[in-house]
Amino acid sequence: MLEVRDLVKRFGPIEAVKGVSFSVGMGEVLGFLGPNGAGKTTTMRMITGFLPPSSGAALVGGHDVAREPVAVKRLIGYLPENAPAYHSMTVTGFLQFIADVRGLRGKAKASAVDIAIQKCRLETVRQQTIGTLSKGYRQRTCFAQAILHNPQVLIMDEPTDGLDPNQKHTVRQMIKDMSAEKAIIVSTHILEEVDAICTRAIIISQGKIVANGKPAELRASSPTGRLEDLFRKLTLVESGDARTKEG
Amino acid sequence: MEGFQNSLSVFKRELKSYFESPVAYVFMVGFLLLSGFMTFSVTRFFERQAADLQPFFFWHPWVYLLLVPAATMGLWAEERRTGTIELLLTMPVTLMQAVLGKFFAAWLFITLGVALTFPIVITTCYLGNPDLGVILCGYIGSILMAGAYVAVGMLASAMTRSQVIAFVVSLLICLLLLLAGWPPVTSLFTQWAPAWFVEAVAAFSFSPHFESLQRGVIDLRDIAYYISVMAFMIAGTHVVLENRSAA
Ligand SMILES: Nc1ncnc2c1ncn2[C@@H]1O[C@H](COP(=O)(O)OP(=O)(O)OP(=O)(O)O)[C@@H](O)[C@H]1O
Ligand SMILES: [Mg+2]
Repeated sequence: MLEVRDLVKRFGPIEAVKGVSFSVGMGEVLGFLGPNGAGKTTTMRMITGFLPPSSGAALVGGHDVAREPVAVKRLIGYLPENAPAYHSMTVTGFLQFIADVRGLRGKAKASAVDIAIQKCRLETVRQQTIGTLSKGYRQRTCFAQAILHNPQVLIMDEPTDGLDPNQKHTVRQMIKDMSAEKAIIVSTHILEEVDAICTRAIIISQGKIVANGKPAELRASSPTGRLEDLFRKLTLVESGDARTKEG
Repeated sequence: MEGFQNSLSVFKRELKSYFESPVAYVFMVGFLLLSGFMTFSVTRFFERQAADLQPFFFWHPWVYLLLVPAATMGLWAEERRTGTIELLLTMPVTLMQAVLGKFFAAWLFITLGVALTFPIVITTCYLGNPDLGVILCGYIGSILMAGAYVAVGMLASAMTRSQVIAFVVSLLICLLLLLAGWPPVTSLFTQWAPAWFVEAVAAFSFSPHFESLQRGVIDLRDIAYYISVMAFMIAGTHVVLENRSAA
């Protein structure tokens, strides 16, 4: 469903992503792990067509993002980092706008908005201005935006960031429930999440993939049998030498 | 057709957002107060004893100079600052569709402000016997000129995340374009520069192209001038946004 081939992104002299390749099939939930500044967000931005890759290609549903960006964007639901949303709009107004640009009209639009509001438990705030929502509700509003058109590919950059434990649980459950008929990529800093929802995980460090496998396989290759120690081993050693920029 | 629908969705959201915040009302009141004050107090509209709107249109370039940058400074700068640009540009719309949607929303917004000055037309009709064709022509010219200001403002807004910088930059560019053909400034040049040079500089300016329209003369060259300024600035916005390296 989704294939990434040798993606590279340079920002001037900085090489943020240095040749990342992987693929995600239907029914898979890929966990994207890595320390701060590893290049997770940058990789996602290239897949979603927000940033053009310096080299390499991302294919979604057989379409190359660089050549057919609109076809790719139609297939993807994307929750960007920090859940941006138009603060002057109401939750409903915002979701209606997203439905509108996604080409939904009339009844289809109304029901898509309603379903997204229900799924993300936004009923109580549907007429509230997004700027006045708490962080967690804003996160959920942006999440609702990503699943609104029932996309085949779902890309989420830290979807549980800023949520309370109950909400974290709900969001994980939702991801699990949807995973059967979607290809999903989730980046996270919470390692328990990998066990909870991911069918496979990639650890990325300094723009390179350092581990790729099922959660059980990754745990098996860890010195102590814990994911956390594998993560530390792979990412601390690699970033041991002077990388001051991340401070 | 679908491209048009996409632009229309962006257009509607942008126009709505003007009225969801106080910007619209501050702008409309500011526009009416400024143009009214200039026309009646500075030019002494009534004492001229002439039934035309020349003193009214005379001030439009100056009122726009202040107010249009204020109305356009947020178009892209705000999207970039809050990160919503990442949502907008990962929707299945092309960058050009988004740019056009925003441009026409801002232009229509200014046009609404101009349309609200209709009482002055009624007043003139009541007091005298004006040539309505000339007045209509003046309005058309003024609205075309407003489109050029909006396009400049949008380009400035695309270049930065700061609305203040966008405001100042677009005000400066507009001032330059305005003054380059303004008789008091061109007369400075005529003393030492060859005539063709003065004319060439003036040809790039807003004001000479507005002057004839103001007098009721529709010259296709003036219309072509404004449309090319808009096209150039819109293309510039596209280039700037395409080459941004991040939000
Ligand atoms: N627009 C940019 N210009 C310059 N450097 C950038 C830009 N965007 C990202 N980078 C750099 O690219 C690297 C990867 O950043 P990225 O945001 O992808 O990391 P991340 O893995 O998402 O980190 P986090 O876990 O903190 O979200 C960082 O070193 C960052 O400083
Ligand atoms: Mg990130």
